[in-house]
Amino acid sequence: MKKIYARTATLALATLLGLPALAIETGQAAPDFDLAGRLAAVKLSDYKGKTVYLDFWASWCGPCKQSFPWMNDMQTRYGAKGLRVVGINVDQKTDDAKAFLTDTPARFDVAFDQAGKTPRSYAIKGMPTSVLIGPDGKVLMVHSGFKDEHRADLERQIKQAMNLKD
Amino acid sequence: MNRTILSLLAITTLSWLGGCSNLGQVNAWDKGNLAKPMMTFEGDPLDQRFVQHIYASKENSSGGYGVGGGGCGCN
Repeated sequence: MKKIYARTATLALATLLGLPALAIETGQAAPDFDLAGRLAAVKLSDYKGKTVYLDFWASWCGPCKQSFPWMNDMQTRYGAKGLRVVGINVDQKTDDAKAFLTDTPARFDVAFDQAGKTPRSYAIKGMPTSVLIGPDGKVLMVHSGFKDEHRADLERQIKQAMNLKD
Repeated sequence: MNRTILSLLAITTLSWLGGCSNLGQVNAWDKGNLAKPMMTFEGDPLDQRFVQHIYASKENSSGGYGVGGGGCGCN
């Protein structure tokens, strides 16, 4: 009898664990990744001490295309102050991503995750999703989608993360 | 005795059913094929917008048409 109870408890636990991972929240440590980049491997741990604006994008995602010029702008303006924009591409075919990058240049680090391991570890809910990571590797902000009216607020949060005044 | 086993079995089966609640959910990063223009009901973006406007204004419903808002997947 005891055995049955134990088994049921194990099964129930297994079912619970099978549920989708919870989305990443502010204050948590950002999960590390090690992905192929355009030139060299892109690792989150390599950015320690920098403020990282991590952006999940795909070639088929409209708002992602709109966000690229803005992310280029952020990298140019705040790069010297310690900001690193890192775009993680989630296309299943890297060729699609490369074609996208030819049309829409990215002047920031780009990593390719065909298997979708990183978006899974961050449990992202929509495309694009951006995660702001502080120099200590903790998540400061999670933002889903990209609209024109979001720009000012996102920039404010980036500045705040780097202790910059207006 | 029999009853306990039966109830345990019921609980187990129910908890298993809970696993079905997540079937058919597509991850946000796996929507590449769903975002293709051929996956929409209407022929062109203007037509699509028109039909969606009718749903939103007359039937008070929106979202659920493939990948929302031109590929953002947030609706």
